[in-house]
Amino acid sequence: MILMGVLFIQIIALATQIKRTESPVQPNAGGTRLIRVWTMSALTPVEKLLTGTGRFFRGAWGNYIDLHGVRRENRELKEQLDRMKLERAQLRAEVEQTHRLEVLLDFRQHVVSQTVAAQVIGSSGSERSRIIYIDRGAHDGIKRDMAVITPDGIVGKIKDVFPRSSQVLLISDRDSGAGVVLEQSRLRGVLRGNEQGELQIIDIMSDENVHSGEPVVTSGGDSIYPRGLPVGTVTNAAADHDSEPFLRIGIRPAAKLDQLEDVLVITQMVEQRPAADESSPSVRAADVLAQRLPSITRPPEKDKDAGQADPAQTNSGQPNSAATGQQTPPASPLQKLQKKTEAPRKPAGAVESTPGQGNKPPVKRVAPQTRPGVTPDTTVGEKPPQ
Amino acid sequence: MKGAIVSSSREDLDVQRFSIWVSIAVPLLAIVIQAYLPLKLKLTPIFDLPLLVTIFFAVARRRPVPGMITGAVIGTLQDALTHQPIGLNGISKTIIGYFASSIGVRFDVENPGSRFLMTFGFWFIHQFVYYTINLELVEVHESWNWGHILLSAFSNGFLAIVLFTLMDRLKTRS
Repeated sequence: MILMGVLFIQIIALATQIKRTESPVQPNAGGTRLIRVWTMSALTPVEKLLTGTGRFFRGAWGNYIDLHGVRRENRELKEQLDRMKLERAQLRAEVEQTHRLEVLLDFRQHVVSQTVAAQVIGSSGSERSRIIYIDRGAHDGIKRDMAVITPDGIVGKIKDVFPRSSQVLLISDRDSGAGVVLEQSRLRGVLRGNEQGELQIIDIMSDENVHSGEPVVTSGGDSIYPRGLPVGTVTNAAADHDSEPFLRIGIRPAAKLDQLEDVLVITQMVEQRPAADESSPSVRAADVLAQRLPSITRPPEKDKDAGQADPAQTNSGQPNSAATGQQTPPASPLQKLQKKTEAPRKPAGAVESTPGQGNKPPVKRVAPQTRPGVTPDTTVGEKPPQ
Repeated sequence: MKGAIVSSSREDLDVQRFSIWVSIAVPLLAIVIQAYLPLKLKLTPIFDLPLLVTIFFAVARRRPVPGMITGAVIGTLQDALTHQPIGLNGISKTIIGYFASSIGVRFDVENPGSRFLMTFGFWFIHQFVYYTINLELVEVHESWNWGHILLSAFSNGFLAIVLFTLMDRLKTRS
């Protein structure tokens, strides 16, 4: 009889939680907040003590061991540094080009502006709930849904916050999800965990070509993880028999999810558009595009004639090449057509608009620069204040 | 510490007592270790220390109500550490606590063989109850992996032999 009574109470409590959890207003409440806070308040000091003691002894031993082989490691690091300098120089050039393209596309991105370092002090202790606890909580500015990362890759997100600790839902949990993109093929998908704690992408069509070993990074589309953080690498890709037209892509996590000790919580992200870099505009993104579009580039001798013979160019209020002493860049057929259609409606000095942008802030179009010494009539990257 | 929780239901069996501190500290320690060890050892989630402690206290006390309440409290605390609804482990361990204390009255549960078999069986019951509640009440379907459950049952059975022998030292017989 007592057994029935106790079970009845617990089943009613469970049903109440499930009912409340479905409410979108309080997705986490479920009426169990107090129990979780009390439990964590009781366990957090013990777990911190255990973690601290373990770290102390490991640190002491590690310091002693580290003294051996420091010289050899130093030499290796120097060699590695030299290699990385070379790679950095190559990457910088690529980044600059990417940056200019982003300016052209009016790309918005979330940039990490503030993080809090935290130590992992515990877990749920269950295979069904892939949760870890960190030693930072509401007093440290931690809030729900903040991203948790390591230098290797993403770890998870803050699920619940207590005064001195927080609960982190790992990306390997079946209830987690993250927007990701395959770095080479640029395929987008949603990363999920399965019952075994393995990472999978399950919403990519089976006719796509996915290669083993391809890196996976965050797409930034979920508004939790910033764009471009490492997630892992593709281990295998096979047809998903449970959902037939899709692939089941296995991912090996970049972060060591089963050996986590220190993590970073991203406490602040700012949404920003990349500003135009005026310091190094030697080769502009528009020029790169112009070189790749055959309709834009023209032979030099024809360009001159075309530029002078174009009546729309002088009628549209643009500076005359003879008056300024500079040579006007040639216009492509596409530009000629655009200028002809826009010229009668546009008052002098008005900002040029781009078709299809709607209410977006205006981005000035760039005329292709095909010859050295030619100054374009407009500039890139004028942005409204953020 | 005298006095605390006295448990005996049969005159012909040893009355086994546990101090109040043991009754509180051991389950808490089991939960803390269960939460802490997976950070260091990858295989530890396969063990369920709180379940073993529930079985041990229930069997030793041989009284269904304390065994049941012990299971309910330990299970609820265990649930509080997860992100799942509170009650899944609570209900499962309540049932285990009740049946374990009933078995303690009827059978000899002092020798290692019976302890292994008892833990092996209770592991299955626990998993089945948890699975059923999760499916029917929470509507979360998880696969029933026989291989994994058998491995877990064997592992917990062997751990129970060692752990129960150590915990026998905490008993105060009269």
